[in-house]
Amino acid sequence: MTDEIPEIGSVTGTGVPVRGNDIDTDQVIPARFMKVVTFDGLGEFAFFDLRFDEDDEQKDHPFNESAFQSASVLAVNANFGCGSSREHAPQALMRWGIDAIVGESFAEIFAGNCLALGIPTVTADHDAIADLQAWIDDNPDGEIHVDVETETVTYGGNTIEATVDDAQRRALTEGVWDTTALMKSNADAVADRATSLSYTDV
Amino acid sequence: MSEGTLYDKVWEEHTVSELPTGQTQLFVGLHLIHEVTSPQAFGMLQERDLEVAYPELTHATVDHIVPTADQSRPYRDGAAEEMMAELEENVRDAGIEFSDPTTGDQGIVHVIGPEQGLTQPGKTIVCGDSHTSTHGAFGALAFGIGTSQIRDVLATQTVAMEKKDVRKIEVTGELGPGVEAKDIILEVIRRLGTEGGVGYVYEYAGEAIETLDMEGRMSICNMSIEGGARAGYVNPDETTYEWLKETDEFRERPERFEELKPYWESIRSDDDAEYDDVVTIDGSELEPVVTWGTTPGQGIGIDDPIPEPASLAADKQDTARRAQEHMRVTPGDTMEGYEVDVAFLGSCTNARLPDLRRAAAVVEGREVHDDVRAMVVPGSQRVKAAAEAEGLDEIFEEAGFEWRNAGCSMCLGMNEDQLEGDEACASSSNRNFVGRQGSKDGRTVLMNPRMVAAAAVEGEVTDVRDLKEVTVA
Ligand code: SF4
Repeated sequence: MTDEIPEIGSVTGTGVPVRGNDIDTDQVIPARFMKVVTFDGLGEFAFFDLRFDEDDEQKDHPFNESAFQSASVLAVNANFGCGSSREHAPQALMRWGIDAIVGESFAEIFAGNCLALGIPTVTADHDAIADLQAWIDDNPDGEIHVDVETETVTYGGNTIEATVDDAQRRALTEGVWDTTALMKSNADAVADRATSLSYTDV
Repeated sequence: MSEGTLYDKVWEEHTVSELPTGQTQLFVGLHLIHEVTSPQAFGMLQERDLEVAYPELTHATVDHIVPTADQSRPYRDGAAEEMMAELEENVRDAGIEFSDPTTGDQGIVHVIGPEQGLTQPGKTIVCGDSHTSTHGAFGALAFGIGTSQIRDVLATQTVAMEKKDVRKIEVTGELGPGVEAKDIILEVIRRLGTEGGVGYVYEYAGEAIETLDMEGRMSICNMSIEGGARAGYVNPDETTYEWLKETDEFRERPERFEELKPYWESIRSDDDAEYDDVVTIDGSELEPVVTWGTTPGQGIGIDDPIPEPASLAADKQDTARRAQEHMRVTPGDTMEGYEVDVAFLGSCTNARLPDLRRAAAVVEGREVHDDVRAMVVPGSQRVKAAAEAEGLDEIFEEAGFEWRNAGCSMCLGMNEDQLEGDEACASSSNRNFVGRQGSKDGRTVLMNPRMVAAAAVEGEVTDVRDLKEVTVA
């Protein structure tokens, strides 16, 4: 692989708040939209069942509001992305336009899937998130600066202390979040492992 | 940090390198793939001009989209056909073994791995599917991964991971009549919460676990992920070895069994292992558990009242209110008598032979309620064949159940088996999320397989222990 993996020290953009705890990946992208063999075009199905009723009429949802259409920072609450391991979920969000997610907590597989796409999942406490979400509602055009390096989120003159998992911070800021090439370079050590394990016949 | 646990030992055994990110590069002993999460990974390999590094350590099946009624090709659903064709092409090009429906070995990925003997103690096992934790029942270290990680595993046979803490969950005592493995895990998730396991892997131990058969252990490990844990496992013991001896892998090569057994014994958690946390649950006090809400953590004993949202932790109240509105349940009521329209006996949690046997014992001599459509979807073609050899299919069909072919089916409604409108479903599966079973207004009540059988015949959520002339235990 020759492509340079970009270093992601921070993300800046306008926000979109999606409130609620335990928003599972079935909500982020319902299973019926996963009957595809590529991730292209998943963006329009992000949060589909929360955004549209049976007759495909729009419901109240931040992803439907014109003010948030160019948002790139998603602000969520606790245990976001729980449930299925489908990478289709962060893929759909990314293809909708999301480059960073700030929330109270994330399900682990979801956070790992985000990292594999270079999307930071940054955590802060309940009150800080609630304030951020309220501010976004009032300032849909306001810029939010998610700094992975310094673990802060800055908006409208406020700076909140956030947390970025250590491995995630290093992976993003040092541009090693795409692990394929990195791990491929250890092929000899992998082959040693493969032969030393008692159960492998390789 | 834990020390001397199975997790520590298997982790150590499979460590290839420490990555600059601080993550560990772990060797993957078995990579399972299915049609939904793998095609994009194969696409990424192609884009980067990479090949599958160890095709002999990879095994494929088709489960999510496969129709469970008419399986003739091409599938009636064009999208399903396309996904199947793509998988066929990918495994053929890479030389990966594929348990496709023509082999008689096809089934849900977490059912076929164990039954073919691919799943073994002390292996690292990954699959692009969160319920990969199931395989931990054998003392394997098994994780669900995303599609970019599938790409990593295909290209390198390794995965980048961070080490977690280990929580021992000790379930003491003997389970009461009518109480099953499913009830244990629903209780664990109810107590510790759907995110209680974040940062942990769960080691299940104690008398109530050790006396379970392998299928029961699989039901428990399966739902570790619903509790937020990255993996769950049970230390291998005689029950595990007895199962392994009967699998394809070792039946014909008993010497291989003897060769590997010392390794399996060596990775058991030490008696003086250190854990980051220990939780004890008295198994003898458990009742059949059913869910009242839209997360697997929203469960209660069948005799217990549905909680008042205000009585719950502050961060759970809002979710509970929305869940109760969706499910149309009232705090203070029990779930008993909650009317159901559909009964689904299936999924990687509860569609193995003993699950079907226990449910059939409840159904035998009874009829499915007039207002209920009921179906059995065996976890694999082998489970189906074994059940038919015992005549379970006749018991179910005579009672009015549909007897289907193997697949994920209504667990997630990616094929034609879906809830319609606001139907309520008594389900032996693992997720009651809104929309999970194919209709966004659908209502799912999770429960053990005998409870599903009882709900099917009564047309409402029923305490199976109250059904007359049923041998519970
Ligand atoms: S049965 Fe359900 S939970 Fe299990 S693998 Fe299939 S879709 Fe996933």
